[in-house]
Amino acid sequence: MGDINRAMAEQYRNDFLKEVEANVEEGQWVKMCMQCGVCSGSCPLGPAWEHPPQEIFMMIRAGRRDEVLKSESMWMCTSCYNCIVRCPRELPITHIMHGLANYAHRLGLAPKMNPTRRFAKKFWNNLAKSGRVNEIELSVGLYFMDGFKTGIARAWAMKDIGIGMLKAKRLNPFGFLTHKGCKDKKGIHKMLKKAREIEDRRKGFTA
Amino acid sequence: MADVVATHETIVVVGGGISGMTAAVEAAETGKNVILLERAPSLGGRVSQLYKYFPKLCHPTCGMEINLRRLRGHKRIKVLTQAEVSKIEGHAGDYKLSVTLHPRYVNDNCTACGECGQAVSAEIPNPFDYGLSRMKAAYLPSLMAYPQRYVIDPSILGTADAEKAKAACKYGAIDLDMKPETITLSAGAVVWATGWRPYDAAKIQPYGYDRFANVITSVEFERLSDPRGPTAGRVVRPSDGKEAKNVAFIQCAGSRDRNHLTHCSRICCMASLKQTTYMREHFGDEAQSTIYYIDIRAIDRFEDFYQKVQADPGVRFLKSKVANITEDEATGDVILHGVDTEGYHRYDNRHDLCVLAVGMEPSVDVRSIADVRVDASGFIELGPTDGGIFGAGCAANALDVNRSVQSATASVLRAVQVVNRVAKAEG
Repeated sequence: MGDINRAMAEQYRNDFLKEVEANVEEGQWVKMCMQCGVCSGSCPLGPAWEHPPQEIFMMIRAGRRDEVLKSESMWMCTSCYNCIVRCPRELPITHIMHGLANYAHRLGLAPKMNPTRRFAKKFWNNLAKSGRVNEIELSVGLYFMDGFKTGIARAWAMKDIGIGMLKAKRLNPFGFLTHKGCKDKKGIHKMLKKAREIEDRRKGFTA
Repeated sequence: MADVVATHETIVVVGGGISGMTAAVEAAETGKNVILLERAPSLGGRVSQLYKYFPKLCHPTCGMEINLRRLRGHKRIKVLTQAEVSKIEGHAGDYKLSVTLHPRYVNDNCTACGECGQAVSAEIPNPFDYGLSRMKAAYLPSLMAYPQRYVIDPSILGTADAEKAKAACKYGAIDLDMKPETITLSAGAVVWATGWRPYDAAKIQPYGYDRFANVITSVEFERLSDPRGPTAGRVVRPSDGKEAKNVAFIQCAGSRDRNHLTHCSRICCMASLKQTTYMREHFGDEAQSTIYYIDIRAIDRFEDFYQKVQADPGVRFLKSKVANITEDEATGDVILHGVDTEGYHRYDNRHDLCVLAVGMEPSVDVRSIADVRVDASGFIELGPTDGGIFGAGCAANALDVNRSVQSATASVLRAVQVVNRVAKAEG
């Protein structure tokens, strides 16, 4: 991954905006931002962001590559779409945030311990394995990702919700054993591999 | 109204605001016969509803007075009020306009003595004050109204109030049997000067214009500041009548926004800068104005005015488009939330009153009436060279008074050329 990062940094030297436009989903919109600030003000998680979206766009244009890609900020997006709805220039801000997070992850620059990133990885691996999410495996995996003790504490804190879900038959406690996944798992794996190849080719990831 | 004479050498001006009045007067002064049509019961339009003009801060009554004088005395101008154009057909040099004349229920005998207004008890919202005040259902549209004649609101027809008004009139001026009338006018050329209307602020959902009493529009603020307005010139909050000494102005409320109006309405920055001077005038050193803006567009010579306002310590500029407004229910204060662009500081600012500098949109969808070309915002563009319908003032673009008048003069010149061509062709 470090190699891709070096290659990209070399290719787009001093022009991070171009790099974003070429490699980040909806990145071509970044230049359209007129810095009114309505997105930052509208974000329900706004106070938790180190750099609100409007500032991220300005940082991209100012070429502050490392600061942007290593930032935790875009990982805070919960896809509420408030910013997209209010943006006077109709920038797809939510998608750009996810695009940036994804790009930073591909380059290996995303913060390793960011909880959103870790959840996303777990979710993806879980899903890609059988083509269908194994809910009990995913939630137990999440609780225990920081060790046994914290896992017990987390599970205990969520027990009422868990019991409620069991009663409502929204959670299968035997999922570890009975989870079946999709019929043609091999086909799904092949499809995902092909999609990844196409995307890598399109975006110029060589490694 | 059957005495209206119109030929293919007549210029019909649609709209009796500052642009239309200018167009009518100038066309008549070049020797053309003009018919001036106005939808409202009196001339003057939006300009007559302003407290002051920028940048000189003089009163619109003065400019209106001059224009009315020129217009009243001119034998070539025929003014029809409460006249609405529904269709224009034909081509340059030969247009036919279908015009509906709505009844005023008051004839030429009226002396504006006001007896009918006193006799009537029903009240209706006063459109001259954008509904901030109520008035009797027999009314004079404004102090400067031309023609100086009362109007009976159709809502009281058939009630005892209408009969009371009729009985109170000493001059036999009230005729409750008037009916709407449709006439057809000929014209060689048409100047379309139907002006603008403020963008519906309730559509800007996060600003809560429809939910919070103390969020008002810039045009309403003009009326609050006017000594002849609903509060006799006291800048007070609609919710509790408290003096509004700490006022927020939000720019681009509806303008430059792909969710609302895509164009820049051009006047709003200057209007808010001007309104901060009203605050000074009313409250002296206690006045606190805050302007929330994306960027201030004080075009060409207005830069001086902007710099003067910037030098005022009672005016704060905050570079940010406000994200949303909430209301403190206990006090009625409005709280503006957002992030500024100079430092990315999050703010939750409390103000007595919030004024939305709303954008301009064309007041009439002209495409349903005439075959003209309009831009993406509905403003009239110059048509093909053989066209004889010309947009003037805010029907043609978002313009201030000065530029509207220039635009009206330009359109009259085009209209005169069309009419001259027709006259020449017929020898």
